[in-house]
Amino acid sequence: MQELEAGGAAGCRKDFPLLRRVFHGRPLVYLDSAATSQKPEEVIAAEVEYYSRLNANVHRGVYALSEEATDAYEAARARVARFVGAKDPEEIVFVRGTTEALNLLATSWGRRELKKGDRVVATEMEHHSNIVPWHLLRGTPGIDLEFVSITDDGKLDGPDFDRKVIRGTRVLTMTHVSNVLGTLNPVRELAEKAHDAGAMVVLDAAQSAPHLPLDVEKLGVDFLAFSGHKVLGPTGIGVLWGRKELLGKMEPYMGGGEMIVEVGPREITYKDPPYRFEAGTPNVAGAVVLSRALDYLEKVGWEEIQAHERDLIRDGWEQLRGTFGDSIRVYGPRPSDGHHAVLSFTFPRIHPHDVASLLDADGVAVRAGHHCAQLIMKRYGVPAMTRASYGIYNTREDTRQLVESLQKVVRLLGTP
Amino acid sequence: MAYDMYQEKILDHYKRPRNFGHLEHPDLEGAESNPLCGDKIRLELRLDPSRKTVDDVRFSGEGCAISVASASMLTARIKGKPLSEISRLHRKDVEEMLGIPLSPVRVKCALTSLKALAEALLPTPTPLVTEEEPPVPASGTGS
Repeated sequence: MQELEAGGAAGCRKDFPLLRRVFHGRPLVYLDSAATSQKPEEVIAAEVEYYSRLNANVHRGVYALSEEATDAYEAARARVARFVGAKDPEEIVFVRGTTEALNLLATSWGRRELKKGDRVVATEMEHHSNIVPWHLLRGTPGIDLEFVSITDDGKLDGPDFDRKVIRGTRVLTMTHVSNVLGTLNPVRELAEKAHDAGAMVVLDAAQSAPHLPLDVEKLGVDFLAFSGHKVLGPTGIGVLWGRKELLGKMEPYMGGGEMIVEVGPREITYKDPPYRFEAGTPNVAGAVVLSRALDYLEKVGWEEIQAHERDLIRDGWEQLRGTFGDSIRVYGPRPSDGHHAVLSFTFPRIHPHDVASLLDADGVAVRAGHHCAQLIMKRYGVPAMTRASYGIYNTREDTRQLVESLQKVVRLLGTP
Repeated sequence: MAYDMYQEKILDHYKRPRNFGHLEHPDLEGAESNPLCGDKIRLELRLDPSRKTVDDVRFSGEGCAISVASASMLTARIKGKPLSEISRLHRKDVEEMLGIPLSPVRVKCALTSLKALAEALLPTPTPLVTEEEPPVPASGTGS
């Protein structure tokens, strides 16, 4: 047990109490961090501390406790701004997660700014949360939604990008890192092309935020979204960052308390962003604890995290290909080609659902299904894939356990 | 425990499914998909001239071992049987055929073919509306 607990980026695995759990008599091998990350002890403690010492509603009480809670909430906003490289904390809108951020954007910006026939370009490697909100705009106002195709090795098809992102395109919305293929997209280069074409650029950073440092200026995008629970933080808190001038032109998404200046029977004036988009009591604890999760990540250090995860992916790719050879199909770019954090694979004639069920019997937690990315499944002609996804606390030993379990699965279900 | 689920009988039906394929002129057809795992099972039935008994049946599609095995077992179970009998088939009959306890998640896989059968047995509705817009993709589970 001791050796299992060692490891992770900068030896951080020991900080994650959940990883000590045992399932079906076997220590948990958690390979589903792309779905949600586990939490370090100090993040869990921060949640307890918030409710033990700080809890009060924000922006309304005149008493000291409410002021402290408000200060902590606003400090969290400033912390998140630093995390994404934003100049101004007022460019940070707290939401429930990436899904809500993208829905807010497509609704508040899209419904006002987009007209019938306007062109919005996404990519085939988007998660459904970056497809469906735009799909909804195909009805009203009636946008034209296009998808950049993917190459066989899991990268965006450059010539197809140039064919789709043509002059007059209003929006380019894309993922930073694919939740299935692990592809790291060349955001800066694509954003420049999209801006030249006249488009606004939206980045889904849900799968990149846990693995690499973000800098909205260097990325050159206009909006960015990520979820707290994937970056070692709690569920129910997420972030939409947007350029101030763009946020300022957007209509509210939800109405309620704390987002207005004045309400009359016939007219309403709204607060400025970000408060205009934070109707009702916000997830104060979520925001405060998220800021502690970001502290923890940066304490472990990006260089350390990136080196560790590069090693995990290179090693994982080699272990899978080395053990199963041509009988396994591993998707996405080669590890040397910027492959991040997830390894999705299939075996011919073995259904991913069976794989995940049998791995569970050995305490190995992976995901099987379409991973909310049915356009990717269609692209590669499979109904589903099995996905092992990594976090800062994983080790090569986790992959070794995965491979050992997979060998049993192939013996049981492989061709007779 | 998951390995208990993959007993010899289930593996046999999974690796060598019975009645797999298509019928040339099916009298009844039904299909069911399981969006959780992307499975699709299609059933085709041919009835006897009096339309009371299932003369022949085929299934097609792709799925996990549980959904394929239960489809295979179901086709074997209904072939040659009167419609009045097969229309009463229930979840517990499928569980009995499989002979294993099913977790809440895997129960969906096991029942995919039974749902396809239920659809095949429905009176054929007349299409009243043609959809102009393709449906919005379902958002499904997980990330």
